[in-house]
Amino acid sequence: MAGFFDRLLSREPKSAYQAKERMKLVLVHDRSNLSPQALEQLKDELIEVISRHVNIDAQGMRVEIAQEGREQRLIADIPIKAAAKRRMG
Amino acid sequence: MPAKVVTVTSGKGGVGKTTATANIAAALALQNYKVVCIDADIGLRNLDVVLGLENRIVYDLVDIIEGRCRLRQAMIRDKRLPELYLIPAAQTRDKSAVSPSDMVRLCDEIKPDYDWILIDSPAGIERGFRNAIAAADIIVVVTNPEVSAVRDADRIIGLIEAEEKGPAQLIINRIKPDMVKKGDMLSPDDVLELLAVELLGLIPEDESVITSTNRGVPVVMDGKSRAGQAFRNIGQRLLGEKVPFIPIEESAGFFNQLSRMFRKGGG
Repeated sequence: MAGFFDRLLSREPKSAYQAKERMKLVLVHDRSNLSPQALEQLKDELIEVISRHVNIDAQGMRVEIAQEGREQRLIADIPIKAAAKRRMG
Repeated sequence: MPAKVVTVTSGKGGVGKTTATANIAAALALQNYKVVCIDADIGLRNLDVVLGLENRIVYDLVDIIEGRCRLRQAMIRDKRLPELYLIPAAQTRDKSAVSPSDMVRLCDEIKPDYDWILIDSPAGIERGFRNAIAAADIIVVVTNPEVSAVRDADRIIGLIEAEEKGPAQLIINRIKPDMVKKGDMLSPDDVLELLAVELLGLIPEDESVITSTNRGVPVVMDGKSRAGQAFRNIGQRLLGEKVPFIPIEESAGFFNQLSRMFRKGGG
């Protein structure tokens, strides 16, 4: 009975759900051999290189690993600032 | 047709590799196929005790490779089945006593006269694993519905792909249907979604695996065992038959019924 009320009151997700969500993240980084820190560093370096050529919105930039089956893809979405300016001028 | 080589591996230890090897081999032998099992876990021999053949070992895998005996001398025949043989691992040597090309040569020698070769791989991703997969036509990865086993399975599947030995086929072992139903264990669908591989079998947690291993009898020979049935299904699938997977709810129902009967009986 206590277990029943515990479950009713607590909002903690089921442990299997937690396991799955944790594993999704772990496996992405295991497979690509890119830790979250390394991915951040890659993003910073990308900003640095691309900024030399185009005016980009660094805040709005996203770099992530997409998965399809066991295939992985590094996806970078980089908004460009300069184009908007030019249109205004 | 020359024998097909099936290697059973896992990454993490203790998930049921040896049990799976022994039972898939026995399931195929029950169908009157000629089967040879090779224990590639040199230094940590176990397939012999799981099959109940530990008292009959004279020569081992390393003896064949180093030329101290002929192939047939090291093959122990399981007398309970029509044609099941074991080549045991050496117990006093290490993995470096065998090379991947030794394993390929050995399997090539066995292939013409048999239908299936089952190789029990050691845990880990080092030399022993490379030896075990060198000759494989099919690689079977065993995992449990637990985070550490799933993570290691993913790593092994990646290595198998990198070696161009894929696609790996997955066995999920020790599933507890009641826990899955309550949301307290990763379901087979969860594990498959995470690992994105082909499924070969689902084995429910079953105490008869322990008792039959205690006796040295493969659980596939127990007609009443759920795990035994699941392993026989795997054998059928390897033979190319489309055997449906037992839905997890059904086995939960089955287990509930069983425990209810048990409780009634016990008063």
